[in-house]
Amino acid sequence: MIYRLRLFITGRTPHSIRALDNLRSICETELAGRYEVEIIDVLENPGLADIEKILATPTLVRKLPEPVRKIIGDLSDREKVLLGLDVYSTHHENASIQTGKE
Amino acid sequence: MADVTDWQIERMPTGIPGFDQVTNGGLPRNRTAVVAGTAGSGKTILALQFLVMGLRKYDETGVFVTFEESPEDLIHNVRSFGWDLAGEVEKKRLAIVDATPEPGDVQIESGAFDLSGLMARIEHAVREVNAKRVILDAIGALFPQFTDPNLVRRELHRIGAGLRKLGVTTLMTLERLDDDGAVGRFGVEEFVADNVVILRNRLDQEKRRRTIEILKFRGGMHQKGEYTFTVDADEGVSILPLSAIELKQGSSNKRVSSGIEELDRMCGGGMYRDSIILVSGATGTGKTLTVAHYINAAIQAGERAILFASEESREQLTRNANSWGIDFEGAEKSGLLRIVCRYPDIMGLEDHQLQMRREIDAFKPARIAVDSLSAFEKAGTRRSFREFVIGFTSYVKYLEITGLITDTTAMLMGGQSITETHISTVTDTILLLRYVELHGEMRRGLMILKMRGTQHQKDIREYNIDGQGMHIGAPFRGIHGIMTGTPTYMFTREREHLAEMFSPETPPPPPPKI
Repeated sequence: MIYRLRLFITGRTPHSIRALDNLRSICETELAGRYEVEIIDVLENPGLADIEKILATPTLVRKLPEPVRKIIGDLSDREKVLLGLDVYSTHHENASIQTGKE
Repeated sequence: MADVTDWQIERMPTGIPGFDQVTNGGLPRNRTAVVAGTAGSGKTILALQFLVMGLRKYDETGVFVTFEESPEDLIHNVRSFGWDLAGEVEKKRLAIVDATPEPGDVQIESGAFDLSGLMARIEHAVREVNAKRVILDAIGALFPQFTDPNLVRRELHRIGAGLRKLGVTTLMTLERLDDDGAVGRFGVEEFVADNVVILRNRLDQEKRRRTIEILKFRGGMHQKGEYTFTVDADEGVSILPLSAIELKQGSSNKRVSSGIEELDRMCGGGMYRDSIILVSGATGTGKTLTVAHYINAAIQAGERAILFASEESREQLTRNANSWGIDFEGAEKSGLLRIVCRYPDIMGLEDHQLQMRREIDAFKPARIAVDSLSAFEKAGTRRSFREFVIGFTSYVKYLEITGLITDTTAMLMGGQSITETHISTVTDTILLLRYVELHGEMRRGLMILKMRGTQHQKDIREYNIDGQGMHIGAPFRGIHGIMTGTPTYMFTREREHLAEMFSPETPPPPPPKI
């Protein structure tokens, strides 16, 4: 399963930089080899922001797998990001099997 | 503007009918104002009209940010006003920023964020069409989308500051839960403190009453209190200011004929051209006949007249006028007369007033008659009737034309009515038509109760109505109490005795209890 992600940011603000760092870390550790990320600066490409109806930045949009999900913020709460991307649940399942619990 | 001092904020005329009058010139230019109101109070229409009027009247382009209704719905909803938003978008004179939440959209918050994305989109739209006017519709709908209301408030503040930097004038709409109390939900009033307009839509004795109030405009004067407004298909919001046009009119010494020769003589040479004449009487005393004479005088002088009839149909009116030898039909054909028959109950008084103003503006008459004004009492509450009467009469005075209104008294003999108490102060001339029971016979008496700025005869004169209309005869003698409806006779000698007491002239009739 390929994760196609879009990260909307507005310029090089502290929020933007933190979101970029956090996303990179999550992708490398949790989604290695099965993700595509597109970084969109709303200031340069407001048309795409119109299409995705972006209000808050940073916003991470999961285009695939469907349904489309939006995660707003600098992605510093890793658990919530994984929950939003639906990565956490599979991870959790594996963990359960390993420990022999249901 | 030369008359604006440094500390006053320059205004931007909105072009919304009446709005620029009650705000003393429009919205504070390059600032943000908030329109707050309950659901259905007309906020969105007012805001959109601000954009549409900018495009139509001032060639000022606009941006429209919507948080609640989808752009498609909004475009569709206002098409009935003749506002073609889709066409303006195509012409790049209007840009729409859709900030509505996607239905069923799940949004997860993880860490810090702000609404720079929204600001960037608004800024882009403003630059794209070179906008001068921006509206943010229903900012309250932004709050449930995020967990922290403080953040939304802060960001709205920042957007306001950003728009100011862009040099645009902004109108935000905000929903209230109640017509009274806090300005808006979510504690936004703190941030909106500068310029606030409040719309209300109250149920007042089973009638809807829409009002607008300019609560505050920082650094500038505006009219205080509530003003009624209506929303209709022709123009959208129209505000009816009362005091804004009052007492600014000049005064003319030119006289015009009432159409009844003897009455002109009693008035010392006719009615003043810019006066309001009230004809009051019970049913059948000849009010409509007085109107017919008055209209006829205009037609004879080659002037235009407009007649608002609220009790009789056009056919009844023309037939009755014919029976007195006055040709209404011919006058209408030649373009000197316009008869508007409209029953009072078909719409609210604000709408009546608006329609009447429009017809007056379109026809440009020298004379206006309303037969009868008291019939409109039923169509609204006492307060809205009062506002209707004052609004209408002050508009007539503002145009410096002659207005004649009739008032049907409830009682056959003597009496007064609500209309009379409401408008006796705004009228310049009051003509009373009364039944007089005399020696077992019903006769009619006429009297000029008041006439501003001139001497007039104070007698109560008898009059007759025949195939040629109204004929005024001799004064009643030896009788008093006609106007109160309880006439008593005096012996001739006693009257003469009184006459001597108040010599050199004959005593005036006893003051009527009105």
